Amino acid sequence: MSILSKDRIIAPPGYSRWLIPPAALCVHLCIGQAYAFSVFNLPMTKLIGITDSAPEDWKLTELGWIFSLAIFFLGASAALLGRWVEEGGPRRAMFTAALCWSGGFVLSAIGVYVHNIWLIYIGYGVVGGFGLGIGYISPVSTLIKWFPDRPGMATGMAIMGFGGGAFIASPLSVWLMSRFSSATHVGVAETFLVLAALYFCFMMAGAAIVRVPAPGWKPAGYVAPTQPKKLITTQNVYVYEALRTPQFWLIWWVLCLNVTAGIGVLGQASAMSQEMFPGQVTPIAAAGFVGLMSLFNMGGRFFWASMSDYLGRKNTYFVFFALGTALYALVPYTGAVGSVTLFVLAYAVIFSMYGGGFSTVPAYLKDMFGTRYVGAIHGLLLTAWSAAGIFGPTLVNYIREYNVTHGVAKAQAYNVTMDVMAVLLVVGFICNYFVAAVHERHHMALRPAGAPAE
Amino acid sequence: MANREQESASSNALKLILAWGFVGIPLAWGVIQTCLNALKLFQ
Repeated sequence: MSILSKDRIIAPPGYSRWLIPPAALCVHLCIGQAYAFSVFNLPMTKLIGITDSAPEDWKLTELGWIFSLAIFFLGASAALLGRWVEEGGPRRAMFTAALCWSGGFVLSAIGVYVHNIWLIYIGYGVVGGFGLGIGYISPVSTLIKWFPDRPGMATGMAIMGFGGGAFIASPLSVWLMSRFSSATHVGVAETFLVLAALYFCFMMAGAAIVRVPAPGWKPAGYVAPTQPKKLITTQNVYVYEALRTPQFWLIWWVLCLNVTAGIGVLGQASAMSQEMFPGQVTPIAAAGFVGLMSLFNMGGRFFWASMSDYLGRKNTYFVFFALGTALYALVPYTGAVGSVTLFVLAYAVIFSMYGGGFSTVPAYLKDMFGTRYVGAIHGLLLTAWSAAGIFGPTLVNYIREYNVTHGVAKAQAYNVTMDVMAVLLVVGFICNYFVAAVHERHHMALRPAGAPAE
Repeated sequence: MANREQESASSNALKLILAWGFVGIPLAWGVIQTCLNALKLFQ
């Protein structure tokens, strides 16, 4: 459809580039709902029994697959469709993401209504997962092109939205379910339908606002650096050529290890705070702790990505890995001295850097591979997230389980986990150390015949 | 010419307020809800 094409959305003169971050946020705030999907887990175990789970009701283990599938298809679709997103422009991608994301909710609503979990796996997990992947990468390169002077800040704003989406979705979903529930009904299907309609409208607003800059456009007063910097290229690398560079795989591990360390403890944050401080942290306080960590996760996305414009991307990751290692090593000490305050402070910084790892990486890729295919390369890199989603929780759960079954007190069961996380971050530090400028033979302008035109 | 520039600037300002309000208000609401929840840690 021509209305969606890249040529139709070239910004007219005088268009404010500050309209692009809200367009990106329209998408990211919606797809960030994925982090809040767990609010549906318990109600979905009582769709038949209503007040308690009936034998025919779904089990939590069956429901857990919905989120896992969605995150898997986020990575897979971002990797597979990155080039399609890049070449078709942000409006086509945002429109497609809106269709998939809302369509996933509609299919899931039908799945709940007819009590068929496979419809939810396909709806939210597969179709919704494609919406997640396409939506996540859709505004990245557009933001970088509009903000050549501050690419970290620009992408940080959008990716902050992904962290913030759960803040809206979680209370909204609980409120909607309370409105639709009755003595004979839980209200999940209706909530899915309302969310589908709301998210579709919101994401379409983003698709309507978004524009790409005219060729050669520069922000007023911006002068591109005349002296090339060692770690910021002025060339472009073709999406699949990036896979042949060591830099791509080093950054892949940098992201994977940073996320593994964070995601592993994220899922265990509530239990860990209670078990490390028995009697001091109640279940209600632990819920507050999880909420506080989510705020630092979101804030870190904007803060660290913005800081990376001044510190440099490589230095920012050095800070994540060095400071993260020290903080993970400190956590067992906070438990030993019984200092909840020190524990909360350590984790606040750790989670801010976990979020910062996600939001700084698009600008890191832009510095290494140029702006032409940065969105598509970012899509390929998101497979590191999918891998970390498996490594992190598995590591934390198994190490804790091993310790507990071997007689270690629950309060100390996380000490080894923290040491393992610290070691992972040291490996990440080493990977980051080896990131150097991409060799010029990979640059598009220097590629032989058969390479796509720039 | 000056009038047209002034009109364009005020139209841009209105669009910016609407666009940022559209995403900022729900986000602020969500952050407040989360802060209220996080306060339980200190109670």
